[in-house]
Amino acid sequence: MTANEAAIGPLARTDGEPAFEEPWQAEVLALAYALAERGVFSRVEWSDTLGAELRAASARGEPDTQATYYAAALAALEQLLAARSDVGGEAVAARTEQWRRAYLNTPHGAPVELSAGASKPSAHHHDHDHDHDHG
Amino acid sequence: MVDHDSRAVRHIHDELHSHLPAEPALRVKALESLLIEKGLVDPRTVDAWVEGYSEEIGPKRGARMVARAWVDPAFRELLLSDAAEAAAQFGFDGTGISHLTAHENTDDVHHLVVCTLCSCYPQGVLGIPPTWYKMAAYRARAVREPRGVLEEFGVRLSDEVEVQVWDSTAELRHMVVPQRPADTEGWSEERLAKLVTRNSMIGTDRDLSRMVKEAT
Repeated sequence: MTANEAAIGPLARTDGEPAFEEPWQAEVLALAYALAERGVFSRVEWSDTLGAELRAASARGEPDTQATYYAAALAALEQLLAARSDVGGEAVAARTEQWRRAYLNTPHGAPVELSAGASKPSAHHHDHDHDHDHG
Repeated sequence: MVDHDSRAVRHIHDELHSHLPAEPALRVKALESLLIEKGLVDPRTVDAWVEGYSEEIGPKRGARMVARAWVDPAFRELLLSDAAEAAAQFGFDGTGISHLTAHENTDDVHHLVVCTLCSCYPQGVLGIPPTWYKMAAYRARAVREPRGVLEEFGVRLSDEVEVQVWDSTAELRHMVVPQRPADTEGWSEERLAKLVTRNSMIGTDRDLSRMVKEAT
């Protein structure tokens, strides 16, 4: 913190922050990049869809933060995939649930495999989220 | 910034093997695994992108181009007339390079880059955009009151200096070529490149003479 910190506005204050607060945020951009490279959608479509999601978030009064930005990026990605591929709707919802179960069925430290999500999680463990620090 | 990002990359791998991730993380995993199964995404592309952009590329590529433009008049001319070709001469590729335009600051003109729509940015030469570049406040204010934004970043311009704001799009992206600071005669390109800050190539930094003091 510098002596003239008070003079530094809200934008400059974020200078030097890490580009990602959570790993999934990097993965969203990486997926969008890979899909645009492959031509599943164009960069212009990506930019337009992300822009529309950002405007919608702003109109809803969401805070002007990285979290809001990446939530908009994920929504844009889901929307484009639903329109341009068969990765959307029920398939994504079902797969999300399967990953959730896989995590709940896998003990800490063991690699999480999707196949572990085939059965319902046992009730006795991992029924709550631990308070981990995401740095 | 590099430290933070490399930590983030390690965190990605750790995160996959720990507790139940948050809802968006599960949704991303669902998309990614489905896309890989359908052959629409190569997992190595995703890993390489995350690692490449956070650790290797950063703004270092852009800084090398600026430094060369400072010492090599022919390269400077190329950078200002065809920045994509200038990047290609370095062997740089990646997002936002194919239609890259470079704008040179002078004593009379200061350039500032924004993407008013979302966050279009020449990642292939500048890495991942900073947080503020993605914020609604920057996207709106950079156009409406660029001088106010610049002051927030410590750049105070006299009234005689004209500010030109460039709105990046998915197809046309911009970078700024800052002015070479004084007292750097005879410096090597490599040494000069270290003076070039990321923000100076976006336009929220202008006078790099403090970097010379730090380097000497």
